[in-house]
Amino acid sequence: MAAITLDINGKKHDLDIDPKMPLLWAIRDVVGLKGTKFGCGMAQCGACTVHMNGHPTRSCVLPVQSVVGSKITTIEGIGTEEKLHPVQQAWIDEQVPQCGYCQSGQIMAAAALLKDKPTPTDADITSAMQGHICRCGTYDRIRKAIHTAAKSKSPKGEMSGGK
Amino acid sequence: MSNRRTFLKTLGLSSASFVLGVSSFAKGNAAAVVNMSTDPLSLALEINPFIVIQPTGQITLINPRPDMGQGSTQAVPSLLAEELEVSLDQVTIAQSDGKGKYGNQTSGGSSSVRALWTPIRQAGAAAKEMLIKAAAQRWSVPESECYAEKAKVIHRPSGKSLTYGEVADDASKLEIPKNPKLKESKDFKIIGKYAPRLDVPARVTGKAVYGIDVEVPGMVYAVMLHSPMIHGKVVSIDDAEALKIKGVQKVLKCERPMPHRTSEAVAIIADNYWAALSAKKVVKVQWDNGTLGQTLTTAAYFKKCAEAATKEGLKAEEEGDFAATFGAAAKKLEAVYETPFLAHAPMEPENAIAHIKDDGTAEVWAPIQGPDWALRDLAGYLKIKPEQIKINVALLGGAFGRKAYHDFLLEACFLSKDVKKPVKLVWTREDDITQGPYRPGMMARMQGGVDAKGNIVAYHHHPIGESIQFQVFKAPSNKPDDWVCGELSQKEQKYNIPAFKISYTHVPTEIPIVWWRSVYASNFGFSQEGFFDELAHAANKDPLKARLELMSDARFKKVLETLAEKANWGEKLPAGQGKGIAIFKSFGSISACCVTVAKQGTGVKIEKVVSVIDCGHYVNPDNVKAQTEGNIVMGITAAVKKGITFTNGQSDHTNFHQYQVMRMNEMPKVEIHIVESGAEPGGVGEPGLPPIAPALANAVFAATGKRIRRLPFDLNTLA
Ligand code: FES
Ligand code: FES
Repeated sequence: MAAITLDINGKKHDLDIDPKMPLLWAIRDVVGLKGTKFGCGMAQCGACTVHMNGHPTRSCVLPVQSVVGSKITTIEGIGTEEKLHPVQQAWIDEQVPQCGYCQSGQIMAAAALLKDKPTPTDADITSAMQGHICRCGTYDRIRKAIHTAAKSKSPKGEMSGGK
Repeated sequence: MSNRRTFLKTLGLSSASFVLGVSSFAKGNAAAVVNMSTDPLSLALEINPFIVIQPTGQITLINPRPDMGQGSTQAVPSLLAEELEVSLDQVTIAQSDGKGKYGNQTSGGSSSVRALWTPIRQAGAAAKEMLIKAAAQRWSVPESECYAEKAKVIHRPSGKSLTYGEVADDASKLEIPKNPKLKESKDFKIIGKYAPRLDVPARVTGKAVYGIDVEVPGMVYAVMLHSPMIHGKVVSIDDAEALKIKGVQKVLKCERPMPHRTSEAVAIIADNYWAALSAKKVVKVQWDNGTLGQTLTTAAYFKKCAEAATKEGLKAEEEGDFAATFGAAAKKLEAVYETPFLAHAPMEPENAIAHIKDDGTAEVWAPIQGPDWALRDLAGYLKIKPEQIKINVALLGGAFGRKAYHDFLLEACFLSKDVKKPVKLVWTREDDITQGPYRPGMMARMQGGVDAKGNIVAYHHHPIGESIQFQVFKAPSNKPDDWVCGELSQKEQKYNIPAFKISYTHVPTEIPIVWWRSVYASNFGFSQEGFFDELAHAANKDPLKARLELMSDARFKKVLETLAEKANWGEKLPAGQGKGIAIFKSFGSISACCVTVAKQGTGVKIEKVVSVIDCGHYVNPDNVKAQTEGNIVMGITAAVKKGITFTNGQSDHTNFHQYQVMRMNEMPKVEIHIVESGAEPGGVGEPGLPPIAPALANAVFAATGKRIRRLPFDLNTLA
């Protein structure tokens, strides 16, 4: 065990945990942010996606020792029900979620895509999102919602989330 | 209330004790979670089991059907709200806890809206009549001068009003009307109208509380080490290395209780999940697998099925004389169709918290499809009374039938009993994929005849394989499984073929099985509709016209005609393209689809899927579409991605790298159309799935001439 300092959603957390613990479990079970989900534990499904310095990253295979000094953003850090991120708003407008379990990861991936490419093509969307499984089958709506978010008038800066 | 019993009887529900609710969402923008350890409703006035009104005016509607993504959180309360005259943004929705007074509470069989359509609306209407009566009495005016709107009773002549909260106390003392008047469908304000689902904001902000997110004070984490052979026995456990890991508390032999047998297993208990997972990798267990390497293989099972396909089965139904008509047919067709075992693989793995307390009572928190059924299973397993058990249902991150099978919940109970603490058990994805239960792999022997004039005159569908009723519910093996045969009946599927026969052969297996989205329709919709396409071609008929010729049922015809129009059936296609159709009735709804494929390299690409559904009255058209979209994706996955196979007694797949599911890059264009029949409500969560695989296979035949009779098949290598 060691003292590990994590920067999650702009807040510092000093944690006494196994440095090899994957970030996913530190976020969920130690810090207590439950929005990031466990789906496979082997970088196959995308449910656990968070931003590391703005880039989408699979937290289930990322030991906490390797993220010390990085800025981690989770679904809770990009928007709230009171102040939604444009991607979250688009997800509501298009009624994307069914069970919703995969959607934190999908939204984190989409938010990062739009920061990179504010008006993505269908091909851009496919390549950014095909690592994410939705067993409920919401792919068509995810695609629509990303286009909707791209069209939304929100200031571009908001797309980055997690500052 | 002395007359509540009568009321409940009227509704066909049984009566029991007091109100309790757990809400995984709070209303609107308020804090999203009602604290699960408190009982937020116990001080409120219960107008009936489904409607609780606080004197402050807060209204809680109880949703008796757990939400696994199918939208019951909105659908069932919408039925209540429609008749109660409240809008959904005025209420809090809470999930029922399994108690008998809520009636059947299992989300399954696409039954929520169709089963509750009348009784739940009656509950809403009765409460509204009581509230109006209480207000009228307060004002000393005739009830006929009052009406209800937006959670208020209004006196029409004077315009004065009282909120439901202000009259709830009086109303709850009134006699419950026996025959409350239901609204006519033309007056519906909520039912049948588009409405955004109120649970969506919580699901996109990480605030929705799924089973896996629940924590209770004092809990420990558990990981299972299941036998790779499923039914292997524990010979010895070496936990020396595991116990060195900080946070690991205990390694113990335990059990996995399934309906058909209880298997041995090992569990690791730890302070945190990661410690338990790390320990799992270093615990050494010696298993005794007996002869499972030979008996627990899918190849051996399908071999037995294939043998059965050469023999007559048990006759379940026969119209006309099949043997004679088939014997005299100008063209005779015979074929065997096969569908694989499949894992449900909901994105949220199976998990549960169980707390077996010192006083003998038990409390559980879990993502389960049926709290009422879980209550029975728990009481039976723990040998305590249902009154000693408290169930908290959390949201389900997908289920598709899997979370109505309570092995994981009972495992958690076993462990909590041993360690005397609340135990949070979380299965890994590997547990989920290697352990089952699965959709059963099935075979179907098909026979059909076409006469000299090109009429399809004889049809025989003979399903073969393991029976859910047999394995899970201990039904006898010597009778046709009516879940299979009833659905394939001529009365259901409406093909007016003069000689029509359904047979059945049961082939048992020890591989655990259970229902999977659309159950047997997912297996036998493929054989029925694939083979019908073969018959149409043998009769030199257009597959759509051949179906229309044999169907006289107006709803089936309308679905097919709508599909033909929307999918532009009959248009001239570019070279290398093909279209296929299929229609199947399941769970009270008729669904048809048209798949377009285009040749690509050595295989085909799915270009487009058009689905049509007649589900009668529905609550939210957008949710009907969403569910049908989901069925298209799951239906294609089931057709073209690897199924579950067992070699040498073990699952050949362990996680999503091997057990692949469809992803965004494979998503075709989709279009969904609803036929507005205004009929009694049918199911929505499942009926869209069965026609997908056969329509796809029929499209492949149209494009390439290759007939697919065995699933899964590889889209990329058809040549
Ligand atoms: S849980 Fe990390 S990718 Fe699946
Ligand atoms: S919405 Fe259920 S897995 Fe994506």
